[in-house]
Amino acid sequence: MVDIPDKNLLAPGHRGCAGCGASIAVKLALNALGENTVAISATGCLEVMTTPYPETAWEVPFIHVAFENSGAVASGVESALRIQGKDDVNVVAFGGDGGTVDIGLQSLSGAMERGHNMTYICYDNEAYMNTGIQRSGATPFGATTTTSPMGSASFGEDKPKKNMPMIMAAHGIPYVATASIAYPEDFVKKVKKAAETKGAAYIHLQQPCTTGWGFSSDRTIEMGRLAVETGSWILYEIENGKFDITYRPEERKPVKEYLAPQKRFRHLSDELIEKIQKYVDAECAELGL
Amino acid sequence: MVNIGCVITTPGSSKNNKTGSWRTFKPILDKEKCIDCDNCIVFCPDSSVNKQHDIDYDYCKGCGICAHECPSDAIEMVKE
Repeated sequence: MVDIPDKNLLAPGHRGCAGCGASIAVKLALNALGENTVAISATGCLEVMTTPYPETAWEVPFIHVAFENSGAVASGVESALRIQGKDDVNVVAFGGDGGTVDIGLQSLSGAMERGHNMTYICYDNEAYMNTGIQRSGATPFGATTTTSPMGSASFGEDKPKKNMPMIMAAHGIPYVATASIAYPEDFVKKVKKAAETKGAAYIHLQQPCTTGWGFSSDRTIEMGRLAVETGSWILYEIENGKFDITYRPEERKPVKEYLAPQKRFRHLSDELIEKIQKYVDAECAELGL
Repeated sequence: MVNIGCVITTPGSSKNNKTGSWRTFKPILDKEKCIDCDNCIVFCPDSSVNKQHDIDYDYCKGCGICAHECPSDAIEMVKE
């Protein structure tokens, strides 16, 4: 069970879509971290929906920075706090998949490599949702987006998803994890572990998006669950180099059950679904799921 | 007056924006059926269910996640 706080550190009244997964993610993360936290966010859905001037949904100090530099700014915040002797403050940076795997990769890589005592959480909704569903490096194979549209000449995104958590693991940082909003206990445990880690920690959170993926607003959690139950998204952590699967589905469901309810995959032929199934099988075999 | 650097000095001021007006379906909880699993609290994107499972209709956008994730079917979505 997740501890329920008296006060949520992400206030209501934000402009997230009905059924928004990002706000669930951030609410859970902030409540796990507590009030003694400074949050940084790259440009993205999260920043746009939580801070339309002159209002903010954040109940902790929050800085919005450009798309490409949340890693750098979080490094600066962490260094400033450390120099003032404030070692007990959690520094957490949030970025969407665009702000993390594409545009913010260089500053994030620098922050991780320097080993700042911070937590970076990528809320991955697998495209640039805020600006109108353009593909990102995290868009999965076969998904239709406005810049990888399906049609007579294309079946949509033709490249697999960039393996961001393993890129972070390759930095040799003490803590890397994947998570899903559909498994809140697992996510919250990982956020707490990341915060307790001395040094840099990275969490890659899959976050279904009702608007961009095309499912009704009440199915946000169900989509996250299906991703994990089909092995399309694998929950693991790498703690000081030790790899562990943190959740194993009892029996892995066919990937079609995850793809079929989503509009972004609805055009896929049986042949392409089979290709995705094989890709998922290979990934699961590699990680030992 | 715009603050220098567009600094916002009131935490949680988004509460001025009553997003309940977005709603077309309203979740109604039958507390008799509630088994205190807290799924509705944990999964609410709008922090609109409190510890006692009271729904804050000032902010609830009516997404229906609470009803869909309720294991005891204690929440019904009713058209406004």
